[in-house]
Amino acid sequence: MANTNGSKTNGAKTNGGPITFLEAIKQAMFEEMERDPAVVVIGEDVGVYGGAFKTSEGLLERFGWERVIDTPISESAIIGAACGMSYLGLRPICEMQFIDFIACCFNQLTNFVAKGHYLWNAPAPIVVRGPSGGGVHGGPFHSANPEMYFVHTPGLKVIYPSTPYDAKGLLKAAVRDNNPVLFFEHKFLYRRIKEELPAEDYTVPIGKAAVRREGRHLTILSYAAMMHTSLEAAEALAKEGIEAEVIDLRTLLPLDEETILKSVKKTNKVLVVHEDTKTGGIAGEIAAILCEKAFGDLDGPLMRVASLDTPVPYAPTLEDYFLPNAQKVFTAAKELARY
Amino acid sequence: MSAAAIGASIKKDLTRRQYLDLYYYMRLNRAVEDTMVKLFRQNKIVGGLYSSLGQEGISVGSAYALEKKDWLAPMIRNIGALLVKGVPPRDIFMQHMAKYDSPTKGKDGTSHFGDLDNLHIVSPISMLGDLIPVMAGVAIAGRYLGQKIVTMTWIGDGGSSTGVFHEGLNFAATQKAPFVLILENNLWAYSTPVRRQVPLENLADRAKAYGIASYIVDGNDVVAMYKTAKEAVDRARAGEGPILIEAKSFRRMGHAQHDPAEYVPKEMRAHWEARDPILLYEKYLTSEKLLDAKGKKEIDDKIEALLQKDRDFAENSPMPPAEFAAEGVYCTGDDCHKVQPKWERDKREVMPPQSSVSAVWTVEGFGAGKGSSGGIAPIHFGDTPAAAEKAEIEEKLAPKSAQKTITKKKSAKTAAVAAGSRKARR
Repeated sequence: MANTNGSKTNGAKTNGGPITFLEAIKQAMFEEMERDPAVVVIGEDVGVYGGAFKTSEGLLERFGWERVIDTPISESAIIGAACGMSYLGLRPICEMQFIDFIACCFNQLTNFVAKGHYLWNAPAPIVVRGPSGGGVHGGPFHSANPEMYFVHTPGLKVIYPSTPYDAKGLLKAAVRDNNPVLFFEHKFLYRRIKEELPAEDYTVPIGKAAVRREGRHLTILSYAAMMHTSLEAAEALAKEGIEAEVIDLRTLLPLDEETILKSVKKTNKVLVVHEDTKTGGIAGEIAAILCEKAFGDLDGPLMRVASLDTPVPYAPTLEDYFLPNAQKVFTAAKELARY
Repeated sequence: MSAAAIGASIKKDLTRRQYLDLYYYMRLNRAVEDTMVKLFRQNKIVGGLYSSLGQEGISVGSAYALEKKDWLAPMIRNIGALLVKGVPPRDIFMQHMAKYDSPTKGKDGTSHFGDLDNLHIVSPISMLGDLIPVMAGVAIAGRYLGQKIVTMTWIGDGGSSTGVFHEGLNFAATQKAPFVLILENNLWAYSTPVRRQVPLENLADRAKAYGIASYIVDGNDVVAMYKTAKEAVDRARAGEGPILIEAKSFRRMGHAQHDPAEYVPKEMRAHWEARDPILLYEKYLTSEKLLDAKGKKEIDDKIEALLQKDRDFAENSPMPPAEFAAEGVYCTGDDCHKVQPKWERDKREVMPPQSSVSAVWTVEGFGAGKGSSGGIAPIHFGDTPAAAEKAEIEEKLAPKSAQKTITKKKSAKTAAVAAGSRKARR
């Protein structure tokens, strides 16, 4: 077939200048495929169309039909096939067109992929990535944050980055990891934030949180889009003399307990902010960890700002009410600071 | 079917060695399971025990068609396939007894184990059908790496109703994966008879929905099973895509040891017991002078000695230490596993610039009007008015002699209609 090299944007390295979250994802896949022929991409409309959000645009032109596999609408087949491919040493990156559809392959992920290494010593180095989260009026089936179903599944790793730099570095780390990694991409961030990235190859370690803002009065733990909301609230809090430390969890499984505990030792107060619904969200798990390991360090109750315990509603008025925002974080933080 | 009838249906084109191998593995399959029934009754088997009594011909005949480099994934009743692939009986005993020396070191039981590096076996899980996309994936990866392998797995009549059966087989078909699926129709899914699960006379008909080739074979005739599987494996390896084989048989025991299977009609059981695959084959081998009393005795002795040794080994193996429960959830990196593909083709073929292509679909036969109903349904995208569509179908149904001219006219007409409707939409 004709060599169409360079005829389209293919995700190749930019010559400097800030790039979007979406572009960072594309670069990570492009560079990993350039680096290692064992890396393949599989999913619905990832090839000719370049993915529903164009995250895999140009990959087919460059790497061909065998490495960029358009599949039928069959999420279980995507995950099953990727798992089988990984048994022969390949490193498939699976795309869920929207992460909501990961529910369709829940069994393949939780029973087949996640348990293989523990049970029969079979690593399954696959990455499952896809656009997640609300705030874009996607409605109840295109806005989900289903990360906690999988944080409850031993054998998986769960990543949920908040910046283009982390998205690229963590996606590369996920591809190189020998375990199945779920990689959530908050679609609200896709085109809204930009960042200058290093020209050279880099990875971001899985399982390490990042301190985004230093503070001494309280700790805000967050991730993904809510990390930015938390930073916005922290700015407002600073104007009132409350210095919040903002930590970006980045990886939810395994959770970076060390960084969390270190910060709690310093601030003695914790607010967890997540876009996932409240019941069964990561905040509950963090509360339990702090009770077990840092009870003596706490000067106030662990507080949480999360979405309502409902499906994600469609109308902007409803969705705005459903989601956390900077004002809600600000209010909760002020209340916590009073302890 | 009598031995004579089997004999008549089989051409003598296996070697003596192959005939006797099939016999040996069927006998070993049954003896391993007989031993496990004894162990079960002595409370030495930790969990459930599932029997393939009467279905040994399917496991053995199909797995025997694979080459060493090929991959298989057994289901719960495919102990015979594991033995053919080279798993020692002791591993099967220890799996059931949850011993530390078992392939999963006590973390799982039954046939739930695999071997990626040497025997090329993928472990099943209890959820039925999940192995189908997985083995399709192994097949595609093998093709990608240039390994020329074929993959095989089994599914029951019951498992063929799962969603992932459809997703997996359809995906395999779209990819033309070198994959052979043995649909083991033993007439019962736990207590539910096949007629209450699938409204089809032959489950092989499911293959039509995926546009793949299929066979129906007597699962109690090991030679027929082998020959059919061999042909399917050869075709899959040659690039014909996945192939479905329905092997008809009967589950002689209950779903597992605890189940007396009283729901099975007595006459049905009697019918199939009279068609025991090992006895039928033994008669055939004897009549063809491939096996005599001396040869049979040698096989008896060989199996007995092997199983005594392996059973002793299994019984003497320890239970896993309790703390071992906490280990091994994650691969810790290269010290744990080196995940590296074995390339048997030039990697440059899949790297730029050689890998570069035009990102366009070429849709073969587009516009030829060959829809799913044998050329009657026109291809359209919802913008052909219903009346025009009806007229077109009527034209197609017109006598053959008039077909040619009508077809010509139709093309012009369809184009006009399509253009008109596009305009209307704007």
